Amino acid sequence: MALLEFKNVNKMYNGETRALNDVNFSVNRGEFVSIIGASGAGKSTLLRSVNRLIDVDTGEILFDGKEITKLNKKDLRSVRTQVGMIFQHYNLVNRLSVLENVLHGRLGQKSVFSGAIGKYTEDEKQEAFEILKLLGLAEQAYKRCDELSGGQKQRVGIARAIMQRPKLILCDEPIASLDPSSAKVIMDHLKEINQKMQITCLVNLHQVDVAKNYSERIIGVNAGRIVYDGSPENLTRQEIHRIYGSKTGDLITDMEEK
Amino acid sequence: MENQKDLFRKKRKNQTMILLVILALFFISSLLSNFNPVDGVKSVPKAVVWMASNLIPDAKAFQRLPKIAKQLSDTILLSVAVTVIAGIFAFGFSLYGSRTTRTNPTVSKCIRMVAAFFRNVPDVVWAMLFLFSFGQNMVTGFLALFFTTFGLLTRAFIETIDEVSSDCIETLEATGATFLQIVFQGIFPTSIEGIITWILYMIETNIRSSTLIGILTATGIGYQFDLYYKRLEFGSVGLVVILIVIVVVLIETISNQIRRAIL
Repeated sequence: MALLEFKNVNKMYNGETRALNDVNFSVNRGEFVSIIGASGAGKSTLLRSVNRLIDVDTGEILFDGKEITKLNKKDLRSVRTQVGMIFQHYNLVNRLSVLENVLHGRLGQKSVFSGAIGKYTEDEKQEAFEILKLLGLAEQAYKRCDELSGGQKQRVGIARAIMQRPKLILCDEPIASLDPSSAKVIMDHLKEINQKMQITCLVNLHQVDVAKNYSERIIGVNAGRIVYDGSPENLTRQEIHRIYGSKTGDLITDMEEK
Repeated sequence: MENQKDLFRKKRKNQTMILLVILALFFISSLLSNFNPVDGVKSVPKAVVWMASNLIPDAKAFQRLPKIAKQLSDTILLSVAVTVIAGIFAFGFSLYGSRTTRTNPTVSKCIRMVAAFFRNVPDVVWAMLFLFSFGQNMVTGFLALFFTTFGLLTRAFIETIDEVSSDCIETLEATGATFLQIVFQGIFPTSIEGIITWILYMIETNIRSSTLIGILTATGIGYQFDLYYKRLEFGSVGLVVILIVIVVVLIETISNQIRRAIL
């Protein structure tokens, strides 16, 4: 059954740039789906329209059977609590401790006041600590986030998303700022979360080979349009070139295959 | 090659022009205001001698020390109070003025305009204005400092928030957090460095300004200075000046240390 469904979704910027052009696709529960495409193709817009960090112009977006494009503020917040998000630049509050940043994942589910003053229950703290342990960050729990390396910061980002107990995690270029070995750690963790916790993952990626290795399904975006939606196995070189709108030999992936 | 030569020749020409303009401005304005630079320099030794012989605190001045100290501490406390209160208001308003957190573009524009107006009218002018309505007392000085401080801090906080917060706002919004939660869990912790730096800076500035404003409003250390000066009791004036210098240097040192400790 579909957890997320886009129906004829359109989005324009400044009345001229088409970021999303009649987008239709659905994501099933438990799936690991990657979105690939050139910079500016609309990947980020697509991802951000799921939790309405960006509002689309027309079309329907169904999350867990609920139409979300017309929700009021309160209902929107409650949908957002069920959708975790991971960012390229980690987006942690650097002056706060690792544990506090993880607990931020629970803010939307608390009362306004206790959330604002950062008052968490013992259970919540325990849960955050367990998640950090799972990601190998138990020793860093009380450090300030600006003391961590990039890979560690991204793991805190993942921990924060898990803390939401989400049904879906959106990842916006999660490994674009990381070295290859930290990148692998992050992707492995995402895969593990996907399989063990049954959390659906929708991941924007620049690395075609990573997308092929990790995902069950790949969506290719070109100029706001979905031009590929299928298994990694069927993603041929011709298809890749169609997605990136490039000529044979112009892509870095061409070099690897020589 | 030719272009490069041209570029440097042009640059030299510009620099010469700027120098000539500055010199011309200086001579024209000296002429118009009857200011003679040579006389000005010549009078320096005389002034130093006068200060050395008159401004040395005498025994009478030291008898007044408790009174002077009381007035000085009033002035300092007023400056701190004004800055902190103005800072709290400024933070609240800057949330609605900042591009990343504003709820309404028109409100944001209004806040920026009001802040700019408050900031650009000098505190001494505010003091003169309030003298009419509140008379010579502490409230007048408080309000005069409050308005400029509020204007400047609002502007500074808006910039701080714009600079540091957009990422964490997006993130916390994505978790379903409310505006208040985002403010206290995201924006406040990320911009606290900037906020404290600006508040410390304004405390220093306000201690200096409040001395001057005190002369107008007949309160605090400024009033004591004015009083002794008009009575020609230069020994006491000297003591006041020395104490102000000590306090300013002390505050500057302390705030530097606070800054180093928290950043």
